Amino acid sequence: MIWVNQIVQGILLGGYYAVIACGLSFMFSVMRMINLAHGSLAIVAAFALFVLADQYGLNPFTGLILVLPAMAALGWVLQRTILERSQRGGMLVPILSTFGLSIVLDNLLFERFGADTRSLAPFIDELSYDSWTITDDIYIGKLAALTFVTAVVILGGLQLFLTKTQLGRAIRATAEDPDTVGLIGINAKRINAAAAAIALVTVGIAGAFLGMRATFDAYAGGPQLIFAFEAAVIGGAGSLWGTLIGGVVLGVAQSLGAQINPQGFLITGHAVFLAVLFGRLQSEAIGTKFRKIVRRSA
Amino acid sequence: MSRDPAIRVERWTPLSRLSILGATLLLVMLAAGPFFFGNNAIDKLTTLFIYVILAVTWNALAGYGGLVSVGQQAFFGLGAYAAVRLADAGLNVYVSLVLAAVIIAAVSLPISSFMLRLKGGEFAIGMWVLAELCHLLVNLDSLVQGETGTSLIALNAYDADQRHAFNYWAALGSMTAILVILFVLLRSRIGSAIQAIRDNEEAAAALGVRVMATKRIIYVFAAFGAALAGALWLSTAITFQPKTYFGVQWTAYMIFMVLVGGLGTFEGAILGALIFFLIEAWFGGSGVWYLVGLGATALLFSLFVPRGIWGWLERRFGLSLLPLGYRILGIEPTAGTSPPDDGERGATPSAGTP
Repeated sequence: MIWVNQIVQGILLGGYYAVIACGLSFMFSVMRMINLAHGSLAIVAAFALFVLADQYGLNPFTGLILVLPAMAALGWVLQRTILERSQRGGMLVPILSTFGLSIVLDNLLFERFGADTRSLAPFIDELSYDSWTITDDIYIGKLAALTFVTAVVILGGLQLFLTKTQLGRAIRATAEDPDTVGLIGINAKRINAAAAAIALVTVGIAGAFLGMRATFDAYAGGPQLIFAFEAAVIGGAGSLWGTLIGGVVLGVAQSLGAQINPQGFLITGHAVFLAVLFGRLQSEAIGTKFRKIVRRSA
Repeated sequence: MSRDPAIRVERWTPLSRLSILGATLLLVMLAAGPFFFGNNAIDKLTTLFIYVILAVTWNALAGYGGLVSVGQQAFFGLGAYAAVRLADAGLNVYVSLVLAAVIIAAVSLPISSFMLRLKGGEFAIGMWVLAELCHLLVNLDSLVQGETGTSLIALNAYDADQRHAFNYWAALGSMTAILVILFVLLRSRIGSAIQAIRDNEEAAAALGVRVMATKRIIYVFAAFGAALAGALWLSTAITFQPKTYFGVQWTAYMIFMVLVGGLGTFEGAILGALIFFLIEAWFGGSGVWYLVGLGATALLFSLFVPRGIWGWLERRFGLSLLPLGYRILGIEPTAGTSPPDDGERGATPSAGTP
C-alpha cells in the first residue's frame, strides 16, 4: 500500500512538473529555443509573491493577479531585448545569453534575499497541509490536487487557444515558418513576443505552486530548469499533453526512488530521463535503419 | 586548381613564427618559476594555468565544435574524484592526477555516443543533467562521505614548498600539453572537419566528413581537459567536496572566459582565461555583485560581441599569432576564377547556420 501511495503522490507531483515544463516546451515549439533562464524566472515569480504576502499581506492567490501580468510584461520585454537578438546569432547564442541571464537573476535574488529558504506555505493557511484521506495509507493533498487540476486546465487552455483563436493560429503559423507569415501580414516579432509573454505567465503560475508546496532560495532556479526540461523531453518536446505525461512519469519515478533511498529521489528521476532519451534515440536509429532497408528492397 | 604564380597559400606569417618562438620562450621561463617566485605567486599562476586548460578545452567543444555544454563540471568533478580514489588506492599523487584524467576521458567515450545525438539547447541541459547525476552518484561513495567530502591526504608526503612547486609544474606541464595537442588537432583534418560540422552539419556530412567520429574526438578531448583541470584543482585545494566540484559555476566561468576572450579563436580562449584571472583577483572579494557582473558581461558579449575581444582584434588588425587555417595571398578582387578566401581562419565562430 505504501507503493500505491507513492505512485499517487508521484502522479500529483507530476502535475507541478507539467506546469513548469509547459512554458519551456511552448517556447521551444514556437521559437525553437530553449530558455536556460526558465527556472530562475519561476523563482523570480515565487519571490515576488513572497514579498507581496510578507510585506503587504496579500494572499499568494491574490498576489497572482499582480504577478502574472508583470510576468507577461517581463516575457514581452525579454523577447524584444534579449531573445530576439540572440536568435539572429545562430544556434549557440540563445543558449549562452539565457545562461548568462540566469546567472544574473540568481545572484540578484541572492543579493536581495540572501541565503534563507522561503516558502509561501505560511500564507495559504490550511491549504498547505489539508488532505483527503482515501484509505489508511493513501491520502491526497488538497494543494497537490489543485496543482494537478491547474496543470490540466493550463495545458487544455493552451491547446484550445492555439487551435481556436486568431492569435493562437498566428503563433502556430509563425512556429512553422517565421519568414513566410510576414507575407500574409503577420508580424513574426510581435507574435513571438506574445508567445514569450504567455510562456512567462505559465512560469509565474509554476513559481506560485513551487513556493506553496516547497521551499525555495535564490539558487533554486537551476534544479527547476532541469525538472522542467526532463518532463518536457520525457513527454516529447513540443507536445502539450506529452508534457503532462512527461511530468507524471518524472514525478512517479522520483517518488518511487525516494521510497528506495533518501538520495534516490533525484537519482531515479535523472536515470529515467536518460533512459527515455536513450530509448528514443535508439528507436530513431532503428527506424532510420528500417526505412533504409525498406527503400532498398522497394 | 591552376598554379597561378601570383597566388600563394600561406599558413605561417613572420608574426606568427615570432609568436610561437615567444610562447616557447615564455613557457621555458615559466618552468623555472618555482626557483624565483614565492609560494603565493606560484599558487596564483597554478590557478591561471588551470583556467587556461578549462577555457581552451571548453572553447574546443563550443567554439570549434558548436557544442555548448552546461555540464562540463561533470568531468571536472569526476576527474577530482578519480584522483582521490587512485591516490587512496596507494598510487603516487601526481601520477593519480594524470591517470584520473585519462580514465575520465575513457568514461566520456561511451557517454558521448548518446549525448552527441542531442542538439543545441538539448545538449546543453542534457550535459547538466549528467553532471547532477554524477554528483549524486559520487555522494553515494562511502569514501567521500556525502557532502562532507574527503581530502587528498597523500599530498602530506610532500612538504609545503615541494607541494607548491610540484602542483605548479603539474599545471604548467598539463597546460602546455593541452595547448600543443589542441593546436595540432585543430590544424589537422579533424580541425577543418569539426569547423565544417559546426557551420553546417548536413553539408559537412555530404562532403564526406565523418560527423559522429569527429565530434566524438572533440568531446573526449574536452572531457579530458575538464577532468585534468579538476584533478589539478584538487591538488591545490586538497579537500574534495562534491558540491564545490560539481557546481555549475565552473561552466559559468568557462563560458565567461571564452565569450569575453573570443569564442572559436585559439588565442581568444587563452586571453579570456587571463582576463578572468585578473577580474577574479580584483573583484572576486566583492561577492555576489561580482557574479552578477560576470553573468551580465557574458550576456552582453554573447549579444553584441559574439567573437569576443580577440575575434574583434583579429578582424580589425588581421592579427593571427597562432594560425590554424590558411590564408590565400595575391588574389585580385575581380578574378572570378579564384577560390574565395574562406580558407582563412575563423569563418563564423559562433553562428552555426540556422
